[in-house]
Amino acid sequence: MKRLIGTALALSLSSGIAFADTVRLGTEGAYAPWNFLDDSGEVAGFERELGDELCKRAALDCQWVTNDWDSIIPNLVSGNYDSIIAGMSITADREKVIDFTQNYTPPDPSAYLALTDNVDLSDAVVAAQATTIQAAFVAQQGWTVVEFATPEETVAAVRNGEADAVLADKSFLDPFVGQDGLVMLPKMEQIGGGVGMGFRKSDGEMRAKFNDAIQSMKDDGSLNKLIAKWEVATQF
Amino acid sequence: MFEYCVNPDTLSGLSWLSCYLTTGKHLSFYASFGTVLILLAITAPIALGFGFGGAAMARSHLFPIRWLGKVYISIVRGVPDIAFFMFFVIALDQGLEFIRHHALCPDWTDPIRQGNDFLVCSAAKLPLNTSPQWVHEMYGFSLAVVTFAIVFGAFAANVLYGAMNSVPKAQIETASAYGMTKRQTFWRIIVPQMWLFALPGLSNLWMVLIKATPLLFLLGVEDIVYWARELGGTKHERFTDYPHGDWRMWYFLALLVFYLGFTKVSEVVLNHWMKRLSRGQATAEGEALRRAAS
Repeated sequence: MKRLIGTALALSLSSGIAFADTVRLGTEGAYAPWNFLDDSGEVAGFERELGDELCKRAALDCQWVTNDWDSIIPNLVSGNYDSIIAGMSITADREKVIDFTQNYTPPDPSAYLALTDNVDLSDAVVAAQATTIQAAFVAQQGWTVVEFATPEETVAAVRNGEADAVLADKSFLDPFVGQDGLVMLPKMEQIGGGVGMGFRKSDGEMRAKFNDAIQSMKDDGSLNKLIAKWEVATQF
Repeated sequence: MFEYCVNPDTLSGLSWLSCYLTTGKHLSFYASFGTVLILLAITAPIALGFGFGGAAMARSHLFPIRWLGKVYISIVRGVPDIAFFMFFVIALDQGLEFIRHHALCPDWTDPIRQGNDFLVCSAAKLPLNTSPQWVHEMYGFSLAVVTFAIVFGAFAANVLYGAMNSVPKAQIETASAYGMTKRQTFWRIIVPQMWLFALPGLSNLWMVLIKATPLLFLLGVEDIVYWARELGGTKHERFTDYPHGDWRMWYFLALLVFYLGFTKVSEVVLNHWMKRLSRGQATAEGEALRRAAS
């Protein structure tokens, strides 16, 4: 309920002022607590509140769009929306295609979820969402990786024994601990440079606006409060 | 939806279910069934039109027209649907924006292609960035209709081409003996009789089209499979008033029932048409009808 009120508040604030520009924010809508669809089908979560606040500070009118994770970068580049705000870690590979703002969450550990806590990872099948830093990491280690299109399927693969463990952001896996005997392995991985918003390389001006807005939220501590509220990462 | 739904945690059994099944998200799920049915209702006749045009072109006596029809049929039939949906649609979208860009923003000096980026002035965007979300969805939906029509039109063209050639030669010879022109023969003899030969192939296409609609999500239109996956996924109590485990199986079961039911209805209708068309024809089925009647 608290979340609903928060979203409604953010909505009423952002619609109360007339803005010149409409910015379309692309997200996945399937990665709680970062971004997900609430019971009424609206985008909600940490990034919803963050995005609305950033748009307010940058005096922009923002609209939310959901898109498949797989095609989220191609659709940004071809202009279907103007920014990616979808728990996307800043990596060198992605920076070849798009530009990122400064990170709005610090680099955070990725964790393993499995059915037992004595999994030998080098000999195991590890599930990860396709085209994520975790999938790339597992492949790099030379372990066996199975990729899935949505985060939900990666956890389901561990549940039904298709994979021995799943590697994903710790904050995404936290709510699953204890369900159906799922446990988190003590081993963590430090990958990625934190999460940022993605923009087209030609959109430097808009990126700068959001960069400033993120900086101002870092400075006045409101970003840390938001991170704590949604438990998505460690604080700055 | 209902008044007693304010506090779902206190509910159980049927009243919980009635609240759960009427959340905004579920209403979108039900609406997406309508989207799929409307898409089929619009796409099928357009695709048939494309198919008819393609088949007529492929039979033309003028070389360039015949060549165009044959190229359309073989290229589109050869390219995988998913590749067509990824590339053709993006190309179509960018082509339209490119034309609008040149018409609306002649003063623009920056190049449109900058590395990976495709950049047109904001007035040329389709739809405009400022348009509400439903306009974007309508646009995606229209792109889907056009793409489906082109893809399935090529298959339909091939079916109709074969059907036109299956009309007994004697019929066409008789027509010309009566002094009908080529055009008259086509419209009065071939077209009315070819449907009998085309129907089995077309009904196959219809069945494939029914099940091809999840490709819609590639265009940003949320179809029934998308919603089934989204709604069935594990919902943790922190993020919803209606927490549940992995219920995807139940949602996909519902889709299974929908698809099977829809297929059954289609089959009944198509069989009915087949009977109608066979009446008075010199085919095995037409003969059986004649015997049954006499």
